[in-house]
Amino acid sequence: MGKRVGMEVAIAASEAVALCNIDVAAVYPITPQSHMAEHLADIIHDGRIDAEFITVESEHSSISACAGASATGARVYTATSSQGLMYMHEILPIVSAMRLPVVMGNANRAVSGPLNIWNDHTDIMPQRDSGWICMFAENGQEVVDMTIQSFKIAEHPDVMLPIVLNIDGFQLTHMIEPLEFPTQKEVNKFLPPRKPFASLHPDNPISMGCFNTPDIYAETMKAKDTALHNSKKTIVKIWKEWGKQFGRTYKPVETYRAKGADTLILTMGSMGETASIAVDELRKKGAAVGLVRLRLWRPFPLDELRAAIKGCKTLIVMDRAISFGGAGGPVGTEIKSLLYHDKGRPRIVDFIMGLGGRDVTVNDFIAMVERAKKKKDETYEYYGVRE
Amino acid sequence: MKQKKAASKAWPEKWHEINPGCMVFIPGNASTYHTGSWRAQRPEWDNKKCIKCGLCYIFCPEGCISEDAEGFFKANLDYCKGCGICAHECWPGAIKMFEEVE
Repeated sequence: MGKRVGMEVAIAASEAVALCNIDVAAVYPITPQSHMAEHLADIIHDGRIDAEFITVESEHSSISACAGASATGARVYTATSSQGLMYMHEILPIVSAMRLPVVMGNANRAVSGPLNIWNDHTDIMPQRDSGWICMFAENGQEVVDMTIQSFKIAEHPDVMLPIVLNIDGFQLTHMIEPLEFPTQKEVNKFLPPRKPFASLHPDNPISMGCFNTPDIYAETMKAKDTALHNSKKTIVKIWKEWGKQFGRTYKPVETYRAKGADTLILTMGSMGETASIAVDELRKKGAAVGLVRLRLWRPFPLDELRAAIKGCKTLIVMDRAISFGGAGGPVGTEIKSLLYHDKGRPRIVDFIMGLGGRDVTVNDFIAMVERAKKKKDETYEYYGVRE
Repeated sequence: MKQKKAASKAWPEKWHEINPGCMVFIPGNASTYHTGSWRAQRPEWDNKKCIKCGLCYIFCPEGCISEDAEGFFKANLDYCKGCGICAHECWPGAIKMFEEVE
């Protein structure tokens, strides 16, 4: 293991990418991802790694360039945020349908309008159905580790799917944290060169990204859905491998002091750190409260979630996005739907909070636990909005 | 570079028979799909009026018009969708469209 260094997380994300022997990066800068784009460009133009940095004119082009490069067998990376991710939207399902293992870092930021550059999850949620593996990092070390893991998972012959790693904008990207980087030798051992299932080459012509008529499109969609569901097995396997080699373990659903808890808080991304302090405070006062962190959003780890919440009476879902005019936040809605048939399932309280960079403090989590106790029904509720 | 070979079937029947990413390992196999079955009208050439200018050949969006040994033109009906562009462009009026009847 390399030595421990203090580093801004956005810079660290690019340093992690530099360890992964990438061939191509096409990144368009956007707040709060800009330091990732700038630093990766620096690394490549300083000749520290042998890769091509394509300076594109937009995110629509960056993801398209990544798709093309990946189809030739290259290892590719891109990063974006908010409006940039929205601009990629059209191409995202094409990348997954073509089974191209592109890895993307997304610095989560609120979607306009009104214009807001701060953190929430409203940028990634509209991309939920694009067929990408979707993960959330909680702190800087996880950003480093999960970036390296992502290439191995995406390129695995049983997966062959793109991955978006969510890194909370500012709350994570702009933090300076003590981080441990694996050495180049250790990464090379963990992450072998990409062996594509097939690639575009003039000597051996094949067609990728073909046209589908009505009599084959539905079959193709089922194949894609199944591939995404099946990827979970490999994700778990590769996370175990990482744990063995580097001593830090990753699971689709992780818990903190959840044993014997009658109330569980469920978070995704950086909120988990604050929520764990709230859990400590509440446990000190004798409340049986624990924490569940959802690391994997797509494919959804239903079995792991069921195991994590077994026996709890109230599940408080923290949604940093809202489906306007719908049933609530995307995470709360989905969990309600998935647990609908489960006998003795917990009461699910869905809070919409932390939108557009609004801080969610330890006291806020404690207040939400209190509010959840009093709440009679399972309708969603905005927390902290001035009435 | 060595590529994996396609499944034995040229056209997959079941969802799990589809190559990952719908990749097609037989280049040019679109020719096995006869788009001529979409056609409602068929172009016919009157070679008495044809001046062998080749405009029909140039304008055909399907690329299915070819020149014969005598320099006249005809459409390959396996692929002709019956759009009528050739007939529209043919200024000597040598091409007319006729309804396809079963």
